[in-house]
Amino acid sequence: MKNSTLDKVKKGTYITITNLPTGILKVQLIRIGITEGSKVFCLERLPGGTIILQKNRQEIAIGYNLAKEINFQIV
Amino acid sequence: MSKVHSDIIEHNEKHPHLNIEKNNPDSKFPKVVLVGNPNVGKSLFFNYLSGVYVDVSNFPGTTVSITKGIYKKYSIYDTPGIYGVSSFNDEEKVALDIILDADIILNVVNSLHLERDIFLTQQLIEMGKKVTVILNFFDEVEKRKIKIKPDRLSELLGVEVITTSAIKKSGFDRLDFAIENARIGNQPKELHHILHETLNRVGSQAEALMILEGDTLVAERHGVQCGSPDEREIIYIERRNRVNEIVSEVEYEDSSRGKFLNLLGRLSLNPLSGIPILIIVLTILYFFIGDFVAQRVVNFTENTIGKGYVEYYMKSYIAKFTPSQISVNLLNGGDKVIETKNFIFDKSIDSDLSLYNEFKNYSRLPNAEVDFSFNNLLVRLFFGEFGIISMTVTYLIFLLLPLVIAFYFAMAMLEDSGYLPRLATMLDRVMTKIGLNGRAVIPIMLGFGCVTMATITTRLLGSEREKTIATAILQFVIPCSAQLAVIAVLMSSAGIAALLIYVSVIFIVLILLSTTLNKFLPGESTSLLIDLPMMRFPELDNVFKKTFFRTYGFMKEASLWFFVGALFVGLLDVTGMLLLFQDILAPITTIWLKLPKEAATAFVMGVVRRDFGAAGLFNLSLTSMQITVALITITLFVPCIASFMVMLNERGWKEGISIWLGTWFFAFLIGGIVAQIIL
Ligand SMILES: Nc1nc2c(ncn2[C@@H]2O[C@H](COP(=O)(O)OP(=O)(O)OP(=O)(O)O)[C@@H](O)[C@H]2O)c(=O)[nH]1
Ligand SMILES: [Mg+2]
Repeated sequence: MKNSTLDKVKKGTYITITNLPTGILKVQLIRIGITEGSKVFCLERLPGGTIILQKNRQEIAIGYNLAKEINFQIV
Repeated sequence: MSKVHSDIIEHNEKHPHLNIEKNNPDSKFPKVVLVGNPNVGKSLFFNYLSGVYVDVSNFPGTTVSITKGIYKKYSIYDTPGIYGVSSFNDEEKVALDIILDADIILNVVNSLHLERDIFLTQQLIEMGKKVTVILNFFDEVEKRKIKIKPDRLSELLGVEVITTSAIKKSGFDRLDFAIENARIGNQPKELHHILHETLNRVGSQAEALMILEGDTLVAERHGVQCGSPDEREIIYIERRNRVNEIVSEVEYEDSSRGKFLNLLGRLSLNPLSGIPILIIVLTILYFFIGDFVAQRVVNFTENTIGKGYVEYYMKSYIAKFTPSQISVNLLNGGDKVIETKNFIFDKSIDSDLSLYNEFKNYSRLPNAEVDFSFNNLLVRLFFGEFGIISMTVTYLIFLLLPLVIAFYFAMAMLEDSGYLPRLATMLDRVMTKIGLNGRAVIPIMLGFGCVTMATITTRLLGSEREKTIATAILQFVIPCSAQLAVIAVLMSSAGIAALLIYVSVIFIVLILLSTTLNKFLPGESTSLLIDLPMMRFPELDNVFKKTFFRTYGFMKEASLWFFVGALFVGLLDVTGMLLLFQDILAPITTIWLKLPKEAATAFVMGVVRRDFGAAGLFNLSLTSMQITVALITITLFVPCIASFMVMLNERGWKEGISIWLGTWFFAFLIGGIVAQIIL
């Protein structure tokens, strides 16, 4: 499967997160529940590139610049 | 306002090493600390247990400092929400110290988001703290037919687990049990090996773990080397895996139901549907505040009650003791004067009974408008047209109070609905253009309620430069509710063109200010990462409570300052200094701003509070374009004293003073430019 960055994810797809940025950002994402290997759903992709992911019942908004640093694969 | 209850804490924040608690008489009480992710209900528990009011809203980051209260024989603490214990940002630093110091931790958990929340729980347990887990939001769990096994969770974690619904106060009878039975949970086996060495050196498991997780703050305190980012990652990933395992064992779902509110939440994210929703929200706000309250309610309270009864009887009473001249105008239906009658009482209003009776009959006619004037200077100072007491009462209670209540009510509804974080997300990309991310929408929106409070909330932003930009925006361009109230009343007489000019100028200043700061401030802004709370119908109980406490706080502070300001202006007036002052400022007021020279009084009052300044404009007869210029200048003018103090505290002296001086300069500069163009 092709590996691309999260800013390019299409609305309404199920994806697996494959790579996170390093450092504090990674720690913050792990805490919220997003790790390398998590399966999430792309709920919305706003014009301008802000991404809204859904994991279980939780909705998480991720800014464009952060999304560019996260890799995913389509499942 | 929010500053009041957090004074001790602010101090503690700056000197965590001092541990001033030691001097308190109640320090022998065990410390019970409420810890949990943002927006899980901690503050509701705190309100209930301690009886101390703290704000509760439906967005992450409501609480930004620690508040202390007493419950039975415990001292209890409310903390900012955190996703994990460390010192990456201000909220975490504040929480870290109190957690390390805690005797008992009540870990509040949102049962709908176990996977996210139990991560912190697990970390607290690994720190070796005595913990009880509170599975909150259990009403929602039941509503959505999710199955959670609290007993199994308790077994796996090794601590007590109770279930509650904080908005319904259900399960609160078990809180005593929760506190008394807090205990150290199951420790992962490997952890002991990893911790062993550091533990021997620092003596506390909690601090040892912090150091291994790479927390420089704690490591420095003990003068030891902290763990590397890689070590931290290993610990984190292990913990995450363990948490996921636990959660998969205790939770399974029967059915999930789509809901109207869910849909609404989703629609408000995407600009395509989100902007129409925003417009609907703003329209409702406009009709509620601008039309209903600012026109109808205020007309009734200010004219009928304030002028018609309170001022009338107060001044008639005063007139018993001092000479007065009273003119009574009879108005026709269109507010035109059809008849005027003057009464002159040389000694006292009731010395000539027949005249007094005539006055009474005449002045109580339903269409009568009564004007008192007093000769005695001192009486005028207190009860004259701009008298300290008469004006404070009419202005604060009958004009500002209804409007401020309306604003706080509207803000509380928004804060409780879960709409604000979605608005933040929708505007995220636009905000990045001015060096902020969507998160900053929250403090800026709160600024329309109270700039002081909002300035404290800038703590939830990710970097210093974002805090600076947001603070500058708040202090320069955002009018607080009291100010908006006065603006709304003045604008309603100035017409739509004036309103459009006003709004566009303020908006242009906002853009110029923030893009300039964004360009010249060093560093980089952070990217949005926020979890969205569920949309829901505002909890009316909470909305009313919050409106009450905020209004109360506002009135307490505003009355004092208004009184001081009015006294100051009154004294200047009586001593003739005001005229002198107006003459000195005349070149600026009359030539540059093209306003009557009396407008200078507004700026004198405006130094105390901007809304008082705006109020000073009521009594001048201005054209609509003059109103526009005056309001633009006053809006951009210095923030109120309370928010100035908070800004100094949050942003430091250098930055605070620069922003403050900047407001002086730009208010007159921009007001003047607009005046030169439109007048
Ligand atoms: N349905 C439901 N809502 C709840 C419950 N407990 C809290 N809430 C709501 O959750 C929101 C957050 O409550 P707060 O007490 O402000 O949460 P907090 O943990 O102090 O939040 P921060 O200060 O931001 O960390 C409010 O809108 C509450 O009404 C509950 O048991 N059920
Ligand atoms: Mg709180």
